[in-house]
Amino acid sequence: MFKKFSPSSDISGQSILKSSVQRTIRTNILSHFKVDPDTFEHIWPKKESLVLVKCREHISLYTVNGTPLFFQHFDGPYFPTLKLLHKYPFLLPRVTVDRGAIRFLLGGAHMMCPGFTSAGGELPPPEEALPAGTPVAIMSEGKEHAVGIGITKLSTEEIKSVNKGVGVETVCYLGDDLWNVDTV
Amino acid sequence: MPRRRAQRRSPSPDSEEKAGDKSEADVKSVPQTEESSAALETSESVEIGGKEPLAVLYCAVCSFPPEYCEFGSHLTKCKAWLQESHPDLFEKYYSETALIAKAGALSLEAAKKLEEDSIKKEAKAEAKAESAAKKRASAKVTIKRIERNKRKHITAIHGLEAFDIDLKKAAKVFAQKFATGASVTKNAAGQDEIVVQGDVSDEVEEMLEKGGGALGPGIGGDSGVDYNDTALPREQFKTP
Ligand SMILES: [Zn+2]
Repeated sequence: MFKKFSPSSDISGQSILKSSVQRTIRTNILSHFKVDPDTFEHIWPKKESLVLVKCREHISLYTVNGTPLFFQHFDGPYFPTLKLLHKYPFLLPRVTVDRGAIRFLLGGAHMMCPGFTSAGGELPPPEEALPAGTPVAIMSEGKEHAVGIGITKLSTEEIKSVNKGVGVETVCYLGDDLWNVDTV
Repeated sequence: MPRRRAQRRSPSPDSEEKAGDKSEADVKSVPQTEESSAALETSESVEIGGKEPLAVLYCAVCSFPPEYCEFGSHLTKCKAWLQESHPDLFEKYYSETALIAKAGALSLEAAKKLEEDSIKKEAKAEAKAESAAKKRASAKVTIKRIERNKRKHITAIHGLEAFDIDLKKAAKVFAQKFATGASVTKNAAGQDEIVVQGDVSDEVEEMLEKGGGALGPGIGGDSGVDYNDTALPREQFKTP
């Protein structure tokens, strides 16, 4: 999503959101991210207003004090930015790819099922299975920090059983053009 | 920890109040948050109680967390940096044992491929950096005085982005300094340039040479350029 993204030409406008809209977003994010309101207050203090940065191809970037915190495609789910996820690693459920997949991911590739089912990969156990369309933190074998953020294309149980094709679509990753944007 | 929580709580009611004249939907959302907070605190607060953000160290060379430097394109430089500034981490990531553990995770072939890849990438990145440096060294800033009508002029400044100057901020600086209008517009060739109202070419030149604030460290350069209503490209001294 952010493989090619240049703030100067891909941003079409910024606006401070109405407080009622901000509240809806806050409630939405709180119900989807694994975070309690107190911690979330650190991330996005109530007194700070959320700025919507409209980008090309219906990508909405949300910033607080100029720092990108969340983004969204069309009216899909909200994602934290990778830097925010690094600070609060519990925000999203995790899936793990094996070491061999890392360099493909860093090239922007979507993640194939075998990358999760091989020895180095890891998926949540059946009782914590994630449905398709869930934002996930993509971890990688032997590393401490997330390497990217994705959205499940199949449910995690299906990834295990089908075991071929794309399992998780990559939305952003280390070194993509969103990673390099610190402030907007 | 509990004390902090109590403190943090307090600003919330009054911000709610400030928000003032609420529609029905707004009023509803308030108890909702409270509720979910209560639920989370009882069930999961032990697990995600960590309120403070994790301070993640990023590599000064490639901007990745150091554990991912090996996949970047500056590995040699990254390693040097890490060894210098965080010897303990260097030991952790690049010691014999760490390397053996890593090798175990990949087949020999894949490991070899990765190594080849990173060497190739590095060479590529170096070549790229070099050409970028060359480009920078030969970058020119053009200050143009354009006649608008007989006695009125505008000043167009082009080429600042090569010096890592934020055009919008620079425009603001000019506008403030000269008490006129200044904006970033696209010129005929589709490149961004700053347009300042009025003839301020001499002052702009001086300011750019000196630098400061949004204008960065100064771009250096020779003076004595004359302006005859034409654009005079100015040679740059070399940049760092
Ligand atoms: Zn590095």
